[in-house]
Amino acid sequence: MSNGVAEKTQKTIGGIRRKFAPWNDPQAVPLIRYQNVTKRFGEFTAVDNLSLDIYEREFFALLGPSGCGKTTLMRMLAGFEEPTEGMITLAGQNLVGTPPYKRQTNMMFQSYALFPHMSVWDNIAFGLKQDRMEKGAIAARVEEMLKLVKLEKFAKRKPHQLSGGQRQRVALARSLAKRPKVLLLDEPLGALDKKLREETQFELMDIQMELGMTFLIVTHDQEEAMTVADRIAVMNHGKLVQVDQPAVIYEQPNSRYVADFVGDVNILDAKVEALAPGAVTLRAEAAPDMPIRVAQECPAKVGDSVALALRPEKLRVELDPPADPSVNTLTGTIWDIGYLGDLSIYHVELPNGVRVKAAKPNLTRMVERPITWDDKVYVSFTPDAGVVLTS
Amino acid sequence: MRKGLSWFNTTSIALGFAFLYIPIILLVIYSFNASRLVTVWAGFSFHWYVQLFHNQQLLDAAWVTLRVAFLTATIATVLGTMAAITLTRYGRFIGRTLFSGMVYAPLVMPEVITGLSLLLLFVAIGLDRGFWTITLAHITFTMCFVSVVVQSRLVTFDRSLEEAALDLGCTPFRTFFVITLPIILPAVVSGWMLAFTLSLDDLVIASFTTGPGATTLPMRIYSQVRLGVTPEINAACTILIAIVTVVVIIASIMTKRQEMERQKAERLAAAG
Ligand SMILES: Nc1ncnc2c1ncn2[C@@H]1O[C@H](COP(=O)(O)OP(=O)(O)OP(=O)(O)O)[C@@H](O)[C@H]1O
Ligand SMILES: [Mg+2]
Repeated sequence: MSNGVAEKTQKTIGGIRRKFAPWNDPQAVPLIRYQNVTKRFGEFTAVDNLSLDIYEREFFALLGPSGCGKTTLMRMLAGFEEPTEGMITLAGQNLVGTPPYKRQTNMMFQSYALFPHMSVWDNIAFGLKQDRMEKGAIAARVEEMLKLVKLEKFAKRKPHQLSGGQRQRVALARSLAKRPKVLLLDEPLGALDKKLREETQFELMDIQMELGMTFLIVTHDQEEAMTVADRIAVMNHGKLVQVDQPAVIYEQPNSRYVADFVGDVNILDAKVEALAPGAVTLRAEAAPDMPIRVAQECPAKVGDSVALALRPEKLRVELDPPADPSVNTLTGTIWDIGYLGDLSIYHVELPNGVRVKAAKPNLTRMVERPITWDDKVYVSFTPDAGVVLTS
Repeated sequence: MRKGLSWFNTTSIALGFAFLYIPIILLVIYSFNASRLVTVWAGFSFHWYVQLFHNQQLLDAAWVTLRVAFLTATIATVLGTMAAITLTRYGRFIGRTLFSGMVYAPLVMPEVITGLSLLLLFVAIGLDRGFWTITLAHITFTMCFVSVVVQSRLVTFDRSLEEAALDLGCTPFRTFFVITLPIILPAVVSGWMLAFTLSLDDLVIASFTTGPGATTLPMRIYSQVRLGVTPEINAACTILIAIVTVVVIIASIMTKRQEMERQKAERLAAAG
């Protein structure tokens, strides 16, 4: 896909997406409802009393560390596992007890699960044949799917004659072919290289919009989740930690866990020193001589221990103290510099040994940058840069 | 391996092959002997082969054997495959250990005991002994071999393939026939061939469970040899050897082809 097309896609999607927020609408009826769902394997609890609503046409991402129960959550919706407790409904119908082949969901498996004895064409046509679709219609739909995943030339090949990325695309085409109400994608883009992966992400969003399907995607890649999803659920140990729009997850994480899991973050332990409406003053352990002002309503009381989460890109590193007295300023020395091309990451050691990371875009092509190892620097951030976390 | 073989390796290979094949080669050579005396060479001839095809008793026995082997292999394959699926799929059920132990018992049970116990059973329930009792007995003892072969394939079978089929709207029954069976088919076919050959050359169990009118080829050969080895028997054995050799060669060519196709496919995948 050329850049121009990608941009256009993004724009049209963006336009519709901005207005899309059924989760804020009390009248909206969720398409998928997990109600107090628990799944145990013997003694082990994989999903723990979890409730979640997903709306029609939503692109919903599950994010979490390995083994936190993402796949299990999906498999319960697809019908391969039955919940130990609780109820799952799809379009108002209780799914518990309905076998997988009677559910209006399709799944793209983490292992692709392509049928090795069938050609790419037959793999994609398999689901359509089960519905006893008419021959011509099947052929047309398969061709369309092959075109979508750019595998027209590979229709006759067997799965073992394809590369990892091609197999993944066949699996995607097969799960899309039936146009299910809900498509479950378990790490769909894991085997693709970065470029193809980004293209496919936009294609997925495009397909989802065009066909009006509901997508539930599992991914390890938080950038991917941020790009494609309307909402993200961050999971840990079978529970949902936070469910919200990507920007909210990133800018207003509700806990250390979410702040730490999504994106890069500096976490400073601090005590609440003073509270005012819409503002809080902290005293960080890493910088005891410097009060830190944060513009935020804080549920904690004076004297409570809290954490201040600061994203690296919101910190400024300078050789001279900032002129504006309202910004928070810490002092330290450069401990290490990581050059990433577009950004440089400065690791600054604060006086009592705590290190923070600050990202600075490389605005010029100068190879010798003015700030270097062991320089004494000022790290500054505005009152609205950080988030106070109480858990 | 460019170094060539040392004298030690050459000798051991020669000895090994001699040990394995000299008896068979002797048998094949003497089947073309013109003389009636087994140990005296009197020139090349097809006489005993012609004779063989006029020996109605031997031909009848061969026909019985083939029918028994075919029926046995087919039924044992169905039952053995079913047992293998149950044992690999339904992880824990009451009596699983007992069941798996019992499926494998005939594998290690001395044939004499299997034969004798089956005979006792057939007598006890008053079954007329003959073609059907031999077949039943052969199914009993070949089924576990099929089960072992199929089970070893099933443990590496990716269950998500079946789940994918179910997910796409295929019923479990259809899924077995369009997904599972085609994929494990090579193992099922090997199981069938194994059961077929096992039944073909069984003497002990067949002797216990047979009745009037149902004499298998191994039984016929054995009883004739007791009256003296005739070149006719050598000819019969040579034909058997030829059949087995052909089957083995076909099987190995098939395996080799598959291997080559797989390698070709891998190169293709790497290139594209
Ligand atoms: N059939 C099963 N029997 C026993 N335990 C299971 C079974 N399936 C999953 N589990 C356990 O449940 C937990 C959650 O598994 P799940 O596959 O949902 O993880 P996941 O979040 O998808 O991880 P990953 O990102 O590695 O795919 C794991 O600890 C796993 O070991
Ligand atoms: Mg998983």
